[in-house]
Amino acid sequence: MGADRYGIHGGRYVPETLMNEIIHLEECYEFYKKDPEFNRELSELLCKYAGRPSILYYAEKMTRDLGGAKVYLKREDLNHTGSHKINNVLGQVLMAKKMGKTRVIAETGAGQHGVATATAAALLDMECEIFMGKEDTDRQALNVYRMELLGAKVHAVTSGTMTLKDAVNETMKEWTNRVEDTHYVIGSVMGPHPFPMMVRDFQSIISKEAREQILEYEGKLPAAVIACVGGGSNAMGAFYNFIPDESVRLIGCEAAGRGVDTDKNAATIANGSLGVFHGMKSYFCQNEYGQIAPVYSISAGLDYPGIGPEHAHLHDIGRAQYVPVTDDEAVDAFEYLAKTEGIICAIESAHAVAHARKIVGSMDKNDSVIICLSGRGDKDVAAIARYRGVKIYE
Amino acid sequence: MNRVFKEKVFSEKAFIAFLTAGDPTPQATVEFVLEMERAGADLIEIGIPFSDPMAEGPVIQEADLRALSGGMTTDKVFSIVEEIRRVSRIPLVFMTYLNPVFYYGYEPFFARCKELDVSGIIIPDAPYEEHFEISDVAEKYDVDVISMLAPTSENRIKMIAEKAQGFIYLVSSMGVTGVRGEITTDLRSIVAAVREVTDTPVAVGFGISTPQQAQDMASLSDGAIVGSAIVKLIAQYGQQAAPYVYEYVKGMKDAVRKA
Repeated sequence: MGADRYGIHGGRYVPETLMNEIIHLEECYEFYKKDPEFNRELSELLCKYAGRPSILYYAEKMTRDLGGAKVYLKREDLNHTGSHKINNVLGQVLMAKKMGKTRVIAETGAGQHGVATATAAALLDMECEIFMGKEDTDRQALNVYRMELLGAKVHAVTSGTMTLKDAVNETMKEWTNRVEDTHYVIGSVMGPHPFPMMVRDFQSIISKEAREQILEYEGKLPAAVIACVGGGSNAMGAFYNFIPDESVRLIGCEAAGRGVDTDKNAATIANGSLGVFHGMKSYFCQNEYGQIAPVYSISAGLDYPGIGPEHAHLHDIGRAQYVPVTDDEAVDAFEYLAKTEGIICAIESAHAVAHARKIVGSMDKNDSVIICLSGRGDKDVAAIARYRGVKIYE
Repeated sequence: MNRVFKEKVFSEKAFIAFLTAGDPTPQATVEFVLEMERAGADLIEIGIPFSDPMAEGPVIQEADLRALSGGMTTDKVFSIVEEIRRVSRIPLVFMTYLNPVFYYGYEPFFARCKELDVSGIIIPDAPYEEHFEISDVAEKYDVDVISMLAPTSENRIKMIAEKAQGFIYLVSSMGVTGVRGEITTDLRSIVAAVREVTDTPVAVGFGISTPQQAQDMASLSDGAIVGSAIVKLIAQYGQQAAPYVYEYVKGMKDAVRKA
C-alpha cells in the first residue's frame, strides 16, 4: 500500500496538467511538516490568532438529561471564523506562501471553508477566489458578503447541481488553468493525494488536544468519539489520535436528509458504492451507470456525494462506524443543545449531537463520550427558522 | 498495441473529431459520425457523457448534461456504436471519465469495446500513475489506453511517452477543453522530447477551432483533435446539424492535409 492509498481507497485521479503540481505539493508538504520553523509559525497562528487549544467542555446538563455516559463537547465552534476549518486553512495557506504561491482558490459549501480561506488569505497577503454553488450562495448570502469583506472574490457556480460538488469541479478546473502561482486549498480530507493526508494532519490537532484533555479530566479514554461527516475533515481530525486506542468507538454521522430510503439524502456509506471521483477512489452516491447522484441535506456542509478515502478505509476495516442522521433529528438536536447548554451549534455538528442523544443514555455512567462540535450555528439560524415555518425579517 | 493507429489513422496527417454520444439523440450521433467519416475524419472520439466532466469546458460539459438528461447510458452508447458498425469501419476511440468505466466493470466494458472494434480509450482523470487500473484488462481486449501530455508535463514526458500506446494526446494549453484564440505553449519542444523516445504518433488537442490552427498543430505533430467547435455546431443546429458538421470537418481535414 503506497502512501497515497488507504486500503483500496485514495490515489491521484487528476488530469495530467495537475500531476506535476500535486507531486510537487507532496514533496513540499513532506519537507514542511518536519520543518521546525514552519511548525513554530503554524503553532503560533493556531494559538495566538485562531484561539487554540479549543476547550473540551463538560456538558453537565446534557449528561444529566440523557442519564448515561458523561458528555464532553470539543468546542471547535469557538475557533476564529467559527469552525474547525481554520485549522486546515492556516496550515495550507502558510505552506502555499512558503512555496511561493501568491494566490489561493477554494470551494465552499455552507461558506465555512470559504470564510476561513478568505481569512487566512487576508492575514497572509494572498489573493483569494472562492467557488460556491449558486444554490449555496443563495442559501448562505451572508457568508458570501463575509468573504467579500475579507477581500475574496466569490464565484457563484451555475453548472450541474449548483452545490458543493460542482464548486469542487469548478475550483479544480480553475486550478488547471493557473497552477503556477496558485494553490488549491481543498477544504476536506478528500481529493487527490496528498490532500486527504495533509488535511487530516492539520485537523488531527482536534484529537491530539481532546485526548490529552479527556485524560486529564477523566483519567481514562472516552468510550466513544462522535463527529459529523460530509467529506469528513472534522471527523478525521477528531478520530485520528484515537485510532490506535481500540477501546474508543469512532462514530461518524452522515446526513440522511429526509431519510436514507428516500432520494433526498447524502448518506454515502449507507447508500453509496465504490467509485472514482474528485481525484480519489472512495465511496460515492451514484447511479447504476456511475453517474454521480444529486444529493440533499439541510446542511450545506454535508451536502456532498462522497466521503474521504481514509474514512472509507476505516469503514472497510470496521475501525469506525458510520450512521445516518436525518434533517429532522439534526434540527431537533440543534434546538436541544441551544436550550440545554446554551450553545447554538452548526447544523452539521447537530448531526453528531443527534446521534449522541440516541446512544448516550444506554452507556455506562462511568464512561464518557466526546462530541466534536465542529462549528457554530449563527449561519444556520435563518434556515432553521424557515424549517420551522417561522418568518424572520432582518 | 492496436495497429489501427499507425496503419490507418496516422497514415497521413490526421484529423480527429470528437462528439458527445446521445447529443441531441442517439440517431443523430450515428448520422454525425457517418458524415464526419464522409468529410474525411480519420478517427472519431465518441464521448461517453459523465455528470461531472472535470477536464471539460462549458461547451462539452453542457453536451454531456443534455445527453444524460435525454437518457443516455453506457449501454446506449454501445448501441450507438453497434449502429455505426453496421455500415462503417471508421476507427473509433471512447473518451470518458474513469467512474463510468469502473462502475460498468473493466472486464465487460473492454470486452464490449473489442466486439465493436473500438480501438482506444482516453480518460483524462486516469493519469499515467493510475493506468494500472485499466491497462491489463484493456490490453487483453486490444484497446489502447491513450496517454495525455500537458504543458506542465516537463520531466514526465519521457516516462509517459515510453509507455504510450496508440497515439499521444498532447494537451495544447492549460485549463479545460474549449475554443481558444491562440495557443502559446511551446509544443514543438514537447513533440521533440517525445520523438527522442518513441515513434508513437502525437496529436494535439484542446482549443483548436479554425482551419489555420488545425494546420499549424498538424504541422508540428501528427494530427489535430477538435471537440468543442464541433459540439458547438451540434448545440446550435441540433438534429439538423449534419450538413454543418460535414462542411466544418471537410474544411478542417483539408487544412490538415496542407500541413
